[in-house]
Amino acid sequence: MGWVWKSLNSSIGKKFVMAVTGVALMLFLVIHLAGNMSLYGGKDAFNNYVGLLEHIKPFIRVIEVILGLVFAFHIFNGIRLWIQNKQARPLPYSVNGSRKNTTVFSRTAFITGSIVFIFLVIHLQSIWYVFNFSGVEEDLYTLTTDWMRVGWYAALYFVAILLLGFHLNHGFQSAFQTFGWNNSKYFPFIKKFGTFFALVITIGFGSIPVYFFLLGGK
Amino acid sequence: MAKLDSKIPAGKLEEKWTNHKFNMKLVNPANKRKYDVIVVGTGLAGASAAASLGELGYNVKAFTFHDSARRAHSIAAQGGINAAKNYRNDGDSVYRLFYDTVKGGDFRAREANVYRLAEVSNNIIDQCVGQGVPFAREYGGLLDNRSFGGALVSRTFYAKGQTGQQLLLGAYTAMNRQIKLGKVKLYTRREMLDLVVVDGAAKGIIVRNMLTGEIEKYSAHAVVLATGGYANVYFLSTSAMNCNATAIWRAHKKGAPFANPCYTQIHPTCLPIHGEGQSKLTLMSESLRNDGRIWVSKLKKDMRKPNDIPEEERDYYLERKYPTYGNLSPRDISSRAAKEAIDDGRGAQGQDAVYLDFKDAINRLGKKVIEERYGNLFEIYETITGDNPYESPMKIYPAPHYTMGGLWVDYNLMSTVQGLFVAGEANFSDHGANRLGASALMQGLADGYFIVPYTVGNYLAGDKPVMVKTDHPEFEKAKKNIEEMTAKLLSIKGNRTVDDIHKQLGRIMWNKVGMGRNEKGLKEAIEEIRKLREEFWKNVNVVGQSNDVNQCLERAGRLADYLELGELMALDALNRKESCGGHFREEYQTPEGEALRNDEEYAYVAAWEFAEAGKWNLNKEPLEFESVKLATRSYK
Amino acid sequence: MEHKKINLTLKVWRQQDANAKGKFADYKVSVSPDSSFLEMLDDINNDLEKKGMEPITFESDCREGICGTCGLVINGQPHGPIPRIATCQLHMRNFKEGDTIYVEPFRAKAFPIIKDLMVDRSAMDRIMEAGGFISVNTLSVPDGNSIPIPKEVASEAMDAASCIGCGACVAACKNASAMLFVSAKVSQFALLPQGQPERYIRVDEMVKAMDQYGFGNCSNTYACEAECPKGVSIKNIARMNRDYFMAKIK
Ligand SMILES: Cc1cc2nc3c(=O)[nH]c(=O)nc-3n(C[C@H](O)[C@H](O)[C@H](O)COP(=O)(O)OP(=O)(O)OC[C@H]3O[C@@H](n4cnc5c(N)ncnc54)[C@H](O)[C@@H]3O)c2cc1C
Ligand code: SF4
Ligand code: FES
Repeated sequence: MGWVWKSLNSSIGKKFVMAVTGVALMLFLVIHLAGNMSLYGGKDAFNNYVGLLEHIKPFIRVIEVILGLVFAFHIFNGIRLWIQNKQARPLPYSVNGSRKNTTVFSRTAFITGSIVFIFLVIHLQSIWYVFNFSGVEEDLYTLTTDWMRVGWYAALYFVAILLLGFHLNHGFQSAFQTFGWNNSKYFPFIKKFGTFFALVITIGFGSIPVYFFLLGGK
Repeated sequence: MAKLDSKIPAGKLEEKWTNHKFNMKLVNPANKRKYDVIVVGTGLAGASAAASLGELGYNVKAFTFHDSARRAHSIAAQGGINAAKNYRNDGDSVYRLFYDTVKGGDFRAREANVYRLAEVSNNIIDQCVGQGVPFAREYGGLLDNRSFGGALVSRTFYAKGQTGQQLLLGAYTAMNRQIKLGKVKLYTRREMLDLVVVDGAAKGIIVRNMLTGEIEKYSAHAVVLATGGYANVYFLSTSAMNCNATAIWRAHKKGAPFANPCYTQIHPTCLPIHGEGQSKLTLMSESLRNDGRIWVSKLKKDMRKPNDIPEEERDYYLERKYPTYGNLSPRDISSRAAKEAIDDGRGAQGQDAVYLDFKDAINRLGKKVIEERYGNLFEIYETITGDNPYESPMKIYPAPHYTMGGLWVDYNLMSTVQGLFVAGEANFSDHGANRLGASALMQGLADGYFIVPYTVGNYLAGDKPVMVKTDHPEFEKAKKNIEEMTAKLLSIKGNRTVDDIHKQLGRIMWNKVGMGRNEKGLKEAIEEIRKLREEFWKNVNVVGQSNDVNQCLERAGRLADYLELGELMALDALNRKESCGGHFREEYQTPEGEALRNDEEYAYVAAWEFAEAGKWNLNKEPLEFESVKLATRSYK
Repeated sequence: MEHKKINLTLKVWRQQDANAKGKFADYKVSVSPDSSFLEMLDDINNDLEKKGMEPITFESDCREGICGTCGLVINGQPHGPIPRIATCQLHMRNFKEGDTIYVEPFRAKAFPIIKDLMVDRSAMDRIMEAGGFISVNTLSVPDGNSIPIPKEVASEAMDAASCIGCGACVAACKNASAMLFVSAKVSQFALLPQGQPERYIRVDEMVKAMDQYGFGNCSNTYACEAECPKGVSIKNIARMNRDYFMAKIK
């Protein structure tokens, strides 16, 4: 199995890991978003959905562990790439021309990813941890919507989701490129679809704090 | 005096090379690795030679002054490469390619060499395809061809407008393969500054490490020079900035005769000069002449915009003078015709330029076809000049482009210095007094892949040369000389920059040893060059140090050689009292202004032997024509 | 035909050698818009030499955009502001009176600076030597027309092969990655029938070499494609990724 490790450690291998884990995370986002949409159905709808998941708790735990690993890989690999890539140009240019030859989405993938990560930690602690392990007996709907009504939290949530959109706009088409699925016939479509996907995720999640904080949703 | 033995094998023209190969001595395969061969230059000729020699099992040391073998000047060739494949079924054959080349060279090349060139031309295409060179293809998947000047058949293979690049990368990859296998050791950023000769045989070279300035010594059983041409003697030419004559010139001074230095090719389709600061001239591929029509106004000093000049006031002078070949007339003829029109005061808007017009072709074939054929060339034109050739005609002007002359070699491509082989543009062998388009690439690769590897083997097996160690007194002496020369150059600290003097030399060469030459001008040129050389050694300013990267020093060393070579070119031109190919003596022309050869007295190769600075001895190798009849070259 | 000259301020990176600390030096120039960028530098150098001062070291050779020798970063962009050309093809008519222009060398760990604007790009050759070839011996090849190659395939291979090895892709990439350069060669041979026998060994060996010389990792920003003077497409990188994957699971 040494060859697997070696291959995944090569420059292209690392890209590959980023892409595979990225795609897995995008799938997770879709499911997570679908679930979150039931927030709009009100307290009962959402809690019913949560209840449904409670039924298959052992399975969810396994998924969570896998998800954790995927996150870890994605993040660990991202940091490693970032460090190595910094080292590949010890002295930067005095004039930065990157605005002329790259998009803001690809250029900032590491930064947007990092901020999303910070948010993720806060998000996990404030909702997932509290709900599962703190012993506080509050239903998830109340817990979530209460947080959404806290100004700084809603703002952070919103900004993080926006940056996540940036991150995805780069990540989606990037994964295809990494897998070698780039040809002039369909790649322009993939790029557009990636933007569409990023928008759906951003609007989907982003609407939640807007609804609960700004519009005073119940 | 050197004895010039051309060593042309006996027998019928068609059988010479085959028989010669058969009669060659072979090196025992087990012994090949005991032989070291130095190859200087990694252009088409050098890289292909290094690859093939390495493949055969010799230890090759390859040298280039470039940072990478892929940057040799061959990379810039645009148009294509000839071969007698006759894939078009238009009547081509080895004999026809041979005949066209001899005729194109105005009957001043060695028949046997040219025939061999035509013979191996087909192997080149196969070889390159095998290496993955992406030649242009037709819809059926087979190789495509285009036409080039001086031929009535379509035999030129091409890869977009980047044929030289693709062929060089082919040779470069072949050499890389040998580097990986350990058979070729590549030394980059090394400039050869001297040849080491021991008892009349080449034993090694002296190079300057261009990063550290160190003068290094390398020895071998044989030395191959493939260092390209010397058109930069004119300062402005289509050659790359760093092309130089230093390697062949220093070898010349060590005993290798220099043949036909005055045969230089002025290419008809280059971009005109924009001003004083011009650093080099840009070639527009000759392939443009397939569809473009060349003209000037019939009126003198016509300052109208080209599109305002009505059809009947235009003079399509090539079509008028040479109805059969028209715009595809050979280069020397086309260039001279342009010069005549300009000397007559009919240059485009009063400039030193003529028009190359695509209007008719666009009307006939549509813009799309023209774009497909020449799109990238049109873009280049627009980038450089800021004008759009789809709308108004291009302006072009002749420029020094290729040097047919070079070190004298025999049929084995060996100089009179034993064990010194010369390949590619650096030798004089195949193009006579004028080279046809798409033939230099052919010659470079023929020499490198298919000739030198055999003949070097024959020399090693036959003469059994011994290798001299680099602590031999001759090596020490040569190294010391170079160090002294470097010190001298750096110590002058005069008032003129290297480029300033080079530009002056270029003006002398262009005006007096350029497209039209005459006795008076040539004599003046010799005087002026001598004076300039003196001035150089007294008044040049070479800044910087010797033990560091020093581009100023590099240029100065090259210029020192041009200042001697320029004189020899003028001397050779003065000696050749006839007009042939690229050498046009104004005193010798037909009443219609065409070149007038003198076969009685000048059907020979002029091989000059260096005696001392400013003094040479002339050796003549008579040219005998057994297969072709000497005829006046007519493209009418 | 000379146009009115334009006045510019140049800030040029000067650095004595690999280990020295570099800094910008200022030059005021007045230049014809028909002049090329490198001719302008020639001019500055000629003036410096006249004063007995060391000229700016920069490299160039063909000055036609094909040899890949030249390569400067001009106002943060390799080969300057105009797309699809090399530095030597950049003409001064693209600048305005009064502009300030920063001229820097290509910067990457894999391209150490030698002097001023001159860098060492030999790592690119090492990658080529690792596998960028088709193993055929001289004369041991079939007739050129024995394998028909569809026109589109030949021209796609040609597009990849048009890489001039300038290194601008590395210089432009925020990660100093050499993926575009390497993929151009890998792709050329992967497309052609002649390249098939060594297709997977080649990509493996070349990527291994690439990873050895300190280039960064690709993060799909496509700056390389945007700055490549020959417009080599990132599709080649995709093809290389795919081939590399295949090479590994084969
Ligand atoms: C713009 C242009 C377009 C052309 N188009 C065509 C065309 O379409 N078809 C055609 O057939 N021909 C064409 N030619 C001509 C052709 O390109 C050259 O004649 C040919 O490539 C020369 O190849 P070469 O190997 O002899 O030399 P080069 O390619 O010039 O190589 C010389 C090598 O020698 C090395 N070298 C030189 N001096 C030294 C030294 N002192 N020490 C160490 N190394 C040294 C250099 O580094 C280089 O590697 C064209 C030429 C030009 C200028
Ligand atoms: S891919 Fe483009 S930018 Fe990179 S080396 Fe090749 S030509 Fe230069
Ligand atoms: S000098 Fe050759 S590409 Fe610019």
